[in-house]
Amino acid sequence: MIITNIEIIPGRRVIRHLGMVTGSTVRAKHAGKDIMAGFKNIFGGELTAYTELMQEAREEAMQRMVAQAKAIGANAVINVRFATSSITAGAAELFVYGTAVVLEEPAA
Amino acid sequence: MTQFDLIVFLALLSAGYVFGRYNEHRHFRSIQEREQAMRELLVFSERFPPPQEKPVDCVLVVGSCVVAFDYFKNFVAGLRNLFGGRLTSYETLLERARREALLRMKQEAADLGATMIVNVKIETSSISGESANQGGSVEVMAYGTALVPRQP
Repeated sequence: MIITNIEIIPGRRVIRHLGMVTGSTVRAKHAGKDIMAGFKNIFGGELTAYTELMQEAREEAMQRMVAQAKAIGANAVINVRFATSSITAGAAELFVYGTAVVLEEPAA
Repeated sequence: MTQFDLIVFLALLSAGYVFGRYNEHRHFRSIQEREQAMRELLVFSERFPPPQEKPVDCVLVVGSCVVAFDYFKNFVAGLRNLFGGRLTSYETLLERARREALLRMKQEAADLGATMIVNVKIETSSISGESANQGGSVEVMAYGTALVPRQP
């Protein structure tokens, strides 16, 4: 499965276009980490707990998108975009979408 | 406001100032070092990859960073809001987050052995605290397609 955010793949031709696939997840961090983040708001600096949270969310969302693409028989997802939004304090939504396509097999 | 409140406020303000500046200084220095180290890897926001002579693999690479406002920056920005103008204290914060996110993306691409990254998009979102004066943090995500030369 090729996942990319460009519209064409060098050296490969799109033979079928299967439409849009999406994946999303809403995640929250537990209260302990939220309290730590509160402290960080005094001293500044990177919130590693939240960076990790977003990373996990991103992987999860991408997995869901890939599962959807596989289910409809695609072998690549192109033109992938990410969108994030915060819903309430400590929770974040991550949405990923792209176009599922079938690519020609590479010339050997 | 009691005297105790004032002391707490001043303590938070100075802690924010001292640690915030120290953190920022250290962060910028590490960003600069790593940017120097990764100068070879080219990053473009172009939508289409340039014509390739050799076959390449396309891999999605992502980097993200969440940075918190410190108490001092928050306070200064609050004052600035009264008079208007550039919020320099937030500008440096966003710059830090953005450069860090780009660096992490580059690191991921470099680990794969990529020669360039095309179609880079940067997404910014703010993660706010419970109340307006509590401050918050900003998340920056950078993503693009790494072109990895295919091994024969």
